[in-house]
Amino acid sequence: MKQTIADLNRGERGVIENFSPDDIPLKFLEMGCLPGNEVSLIQMAPFRDPIYINVNGNNLAIRKELANLIEITIVK
Amino acid sequence: MSKQLKVALIGNPNTGKTSLFNQLTGLNQKVGNYPGITVDRKQGFCKLSDDVRASINDLPGTYSLNASSADEQIVVETLLNHEHPDFPEVAVVISDIENLKRNLLLFTQVKNMQIPTILVINMADQMERRGIKLNIPLLEEKLQTRIVVTSSRKGTGLEELKKQILDYKELPLKPCVEIEEINPAYFEKLETQFPDIDGYKLWLMLSQEMAYKNLDQKLREVHSRLPEISPSELKRLQQKETIRRYLVINSFFNEAYQVDKNAASDWRSAIDRILTHKIGGYVIFFLILLLIFQAIFNWSSMPMDLIDGLFASLSEYLNNNLPEGTLTSLLAEGVVPGVGGVVIFIPQIAFLFLFISILEESGYMSRIVFLMDRVMRRFGLSGKSVVPLISGTACSIPAVMATRNIENWKERLITILVTPFITCSARLPVYLIIISLVIPNQNFLGFNMQGLTLMVLYLLGFGMAVLSAAILNKILKIKGRSVFMVEMPAYKLPLPKNVLITVIEKTKSFVVGAGSIILALSIVLWFLASNGPSDDFKNATEIVTSQPASQHLSPDELNTAVSSYQLKHSYIGILGHAIEPAIRPLGYDWKMGIALISSFAAREVFVGTLATIYSVESDEEETIKTRMSQEINPDTGDKLFNFPTGISLLLFYAFALQCMSTVAIVKRETNGWKWPLIQLAFMSCFAYLCSLTAYQILS
Repeated sequence: MKQTIADLNRGERGVIENFSPDDIPLKFLEMGCLPGNEVSLIQMAPFRDPIYINVNGNNLAIRKELANLIEITIVK
Repeated sequence: MSKQLKVALIGNPNTGKTSLFNQLTGLNQKVGNYPGITVDRKQGFCKLSDDVRASINDLPGTYSLNASSADEQIVVETLLNHEHPDFPEVAVVISDIENLKRNLLLFTQVKNMQIPTILVINMADQMERRGIKLNIPLLEEKLQTRIVVTSSRKGTGLEELKKQILDYKELPLKPCVEIEEINPAYFEKLETQFPDIDGYKLWLMLSQEMAYKNLDQKLREVHSRLPEISPSELKRLQQKETIRRYLVINSFFNEAYQVDKNAASDWRSAIDRILTHKIGGYVIFFLILLLIFQAIFNWSSMPMDLIDGLFASLSEYLNNNLPEGTLTSLLAEGVVPGVGGVVIFIPQIAFLFLFISILEESGYMSRIVFLMDRVMRRFGLSGKSVVPLISGTACSIPAVMATRNIENWKERLITILVTPFITCSARLPVYLIIISLVIPNQNFLGFNMQGLTLMVLYLLGFGMAVLSAAILNKILKIKGRSVFMVEMPAYKLPLPKNVLITVIEKTKSFVVGAGSIILALSIVLWFLASNGPSDDFKNATEIVTSQPASQHLSPDELNTAVSSYQLKHSYIGILGHAIEPAIRPLGYDWKMGIALISSFAAREVFVGTLATIYSVESDEEETIKTRMSQEINPDTGDKLFNFPTGISLLLFYAFALQCMSTVAIVKRETNGWKWPLIQLAFMSCFAYLCSLTAYQILS
């Protein structure tokens, strides 16, 4: 089972895996959502959507549908 | 004559770019803390030295030169088109210390435009608290630029920036990232095809999803001959470009930007834990909302009464002191009440924007968006729709304007279309007078029934907005491409000056935008009401005086009888008669028809118009009410303003789009007549059917 940003729990961190950029908005890539960068979860709204993350030092809120697209390796 | 330098300010949202612009130019402008608040073209002037002046252009905030909205596209076109009136001689990229790395992405893009570029690192006052140390010489060398460290909050570093702008000829033009590095094969081929245009400019024209509107002749010609590229290939190249730029930035970043975590104080996450809490966050939001509503309605009632009284006495004064004639009538009955109808809204709008701007400035607004997004999405709205819907309780016009930062077009359109259902302050006077006429002032289960009715009307408006949003979400087949992404900025204490500037600017834009329409329509209505086609209108005085019933009237009573007669035979009276067959099933007569038509200028005009029609002399609410309660329906012999008619009227005002200015603003924001007309037709039909049903059942 592959893990994505949407699987992170509060306070957990992960490293972004390689992904195909077709479905990912360019703006999100430019915010630092790129393979190898670290992403951590700061806060979740009810039902885990949207989520409040820090990616490459940037604090952002994104929806689950986008978080589901980015595969990561969770760092314990 | 002194020389003038054209300077462009470019930067991410939330970097204090507009603050810095204010500091440099001293012009009153807006500082946003909410993504995408800078929209209009903002220009200011600043003296650089004794003989050189800078004309500074504050470009819309953008994260990148790959534009995904019309605002961002403005930045690209300004930098690309040498013939653009704002094409800068010097570009100043503003970055903030906290998000420097991300800011550098935009900087490296601007650097590719071959315009002399200065890098400003703003919010220097935060450096110590965050434990950040910068190696400026290293950054200057690697980025091929001059760096100025500023604090727009404290006003430091400005003189240094002016000096660097003056010395712009010293700035290196060499880019930090050569575009060929992204994909040598592709870009070499492109450059052989167009040898006289820079590779990055070709790439910008090739890769933008937004349509170019402002290119010079040469670029337009090149643009038309650019090779086709598949979306997937384009996306891959764009990803490569972004990776390449970050690679270059990362190669020196950690050496140039050091953070001592021990020195940094982290109250941001502590506040976030409370304000975005699953339960507590909503409780706090609800309390803040309650406070805002209380304040808007309580604080503004006094100035509003004052304004109302002032304009009424001004009208009276003009009528009594100017020579009788068309011009006096136009002034006293058209222009002054028209201006008054605009000015009356200023207190509420100013208070509303006071709160909105404090919420934005402090950074809390992004947290509201985060909290509410999921709930709103169920109805096809976005977390960003919350602000417009709240604003709608004051007035739909600023509310529709506030939808601009919803990047998904479908969500934005739905928000625009449903906002007018929210009970705006102009409905309030109409509600109050009708409620006091038809709802008994008694307690029901311990609550005042009139108060309950008012609350039900508010809930009805909100419920209708949400319901129609859900329906529109199902019907509208618009594929929204842009994705919801909100930056969560650091918390900041709002600067009073910035808040004040926002309040003044927004209020001004309401007065100028909506005000001119309300005023124009008031004058048209005045004309229709004070002119008539037939002899009945012209000879009103003789006809009324000669009537046997008029013989025992006092001169004042005679006057009002004449104006009532005139109104009946004026153009608007004829209009009222014409629509009577359509509105009779709702329980209205032709006089109410006139009031309905004229309240199209602004809903609250309803009360004033009825006052004129029923020839009430004073504008005192009590008098109008007494007069209205005496009106008899000639068909039934009952009171005209009885319970069924009252409910029917309340429902009509709750649902109908009785507001010219909203139609105008929706036309502007949706770029055409299609949506405002659909909205108008739908809301009017719906209001008509609801009122019809209610009246027929109740009577």
